[in-house]
Amino acid sequence: MDDRGEFRAMKTKQNVVIKGTKDGLTLHLNDKCAYDELLQELKEKMDAVNGQEHGSILTVTVQAGNRYLLDEDIEEIKKIINQREHLAVEAIKSNVMTMEEAIRWKEESEIVSYTGRIRSGQVLEVPGDLLLIGDVNPGGTVKAGRNIFILGALKGMAHAGCYGDETAVIAAGRMMPSQLRISHYFNRAPDRYEEEDYYETECAYIDDSNQIVVDRLQVLKHLRPGISTFKGGKHSG
Amino acid sequence: MGEAIVITSGKGGVGKTTTTANLGTALALQEKKVCLVDTDIGLRNLDVVMGLENRIIYDLVDVVEGRCKIHQALVKDKRFNDLLYLLPAAQTTDKSAVRPEQLKKLMEELKQEFDYILIDCPAGIEQGYKNAVAGANKAIVVTTPEKSAVRDADRVIGLLEKEEGMEPPKLIINRIRSHMMQQGDMLDVDEVAAHLSIELLGIVIDDDEVIKSSHNGEPVAHNPNNRASIAYRNIARRILGESVPLQQLDDIKEGFFTRIKKFFGVRSK
Repeated sequence: MDDRGEFRAMKTKQNVVIKGTKDGLTLHLNDKCAYDELLQELKEKMDAVNGQEHGSILTVTVQAGNRYLLDEDIEEIKKIINQREHLAVEAIKSNVMTMEEAIRWKEESEIVSYTGRIRSGQVLEVPGDLLLIGDVNPGGTVKAGRNIFILGALKGMAHAGCYGDETAVIAAGRMMPSQLRISHYFNRAPDRYEEEDYYETECAYIDDSNQIVVDRLQVLKHLRPGISTFKGGKHSG
Repeated sequence: MGEAIVITSGKGGVGKTTTTANLGTALALQEKKVCLVDTDIGLRNLDVVMGLENRIIYDLVDVVEGRCKIHQALVKDKRFNDLLYLLPAAQTTDKSAVRPEQLKKLMEELKQEFDYILIDCPAGIEQGYKNAVAGANKAIVVTTPEKSAVRDADRVIGLLEKEEGMEPPKLIINRIRSHMMQQGDMLDVDEVAAHLSIELLGIVIDDDEVIKSSHNGEPVAHNPNNRASIAYRNIARRILGESVPLQQLDDIKEGFFTRIKKFFGVRSK
């Protein structure tokens, strides 16, 4: 009787549950048990599926639930699963993140506004989107982890996506920069500006040939639909 | 309690010292008690422009190091009756001889006695600039209508705006050549003012007489009929709170005849 009860408990308290979907396998990991136990069971389960080879490669998504995984834990789990030749880890998901990551995520998804003029020698840097209500003078610099929107004239340097985001854009009321940078790409201004040409709001982005191009603002809607975060509110008509 | 106004520019050679000398003279002409302080230690020349070089006994460094009393170092300008004084810079040492706190203390003492203290700042944004700015509660930025000077002025304005206890700086555009501006070979007054976007305190025409008077040690502001002198006197009046319109550049030199020619569409110049 005791033996049977224990057996049932083991059966119901599986630490690794494998589910097959049309997109591949999903591994649900118990987030209550000890990590060592979890790894042990994962290894056993992976050994068990070893035999069921069938030509094509199965993608695996790991759901860690409410367990926080360190970078080395993620590597370890990947290693165990990827040892099986027909399995490839696609994603490891967890419901939790550290406070530090959460703050960074918040900062990077925030739009920070600044009113004023960025003068020669001054640098304004924000982790997310930047909305500058003012001008950037020659010799001044604005940097943002994501997009840069300038209501005034951009005459200095702007660096969007300065942590590597190549989809970042720069928009300015008067686009006459000394230099534009997006991610690790940059381009230089023409040696001469014809004053009259620069009264229209324009935007700069990286095109398909990895060049920074300056274009009418209207193209953004199609090129970078993600910029629009409009939800709820009113947009009638 | 007086005001301490620093006159600065970032770039060298735009006319800080000339401006200091002439504004000091113009303010003294308005019966204000003025002290000019040269903080360009090691490269002093405000005394030369003022024609007071050979009366220097003690200097700024002597004062801050306690080798003499302030009034012993002040050089009186004999052209005024007890209104205009100069505190000269030392020539034998360099900018590191004084610290910002010392200048601050000195300015506090001078403010008790004078209506206006004009501080002639050295070029650059290093130690000398920091010393000069430390004791000031107002700032005047001097620039010329050249890109390089405007760029440096922009940098200095940025730094001044961060300075604690400092009122927003005001702008003087110096060495204006109206014919070059009209031809578009130089930035014009509006462009410079729009770029720097601070209050324009005055514009000063480039005039041979300014150089000549500096050469003779007698600031041009003494001359009641010169265009540049009038510009400096106007700026002094604006500092005193009067509202004086800006000089009109195009008709500064034109007489009646040229204006008539213009009216009939004949190009003059």
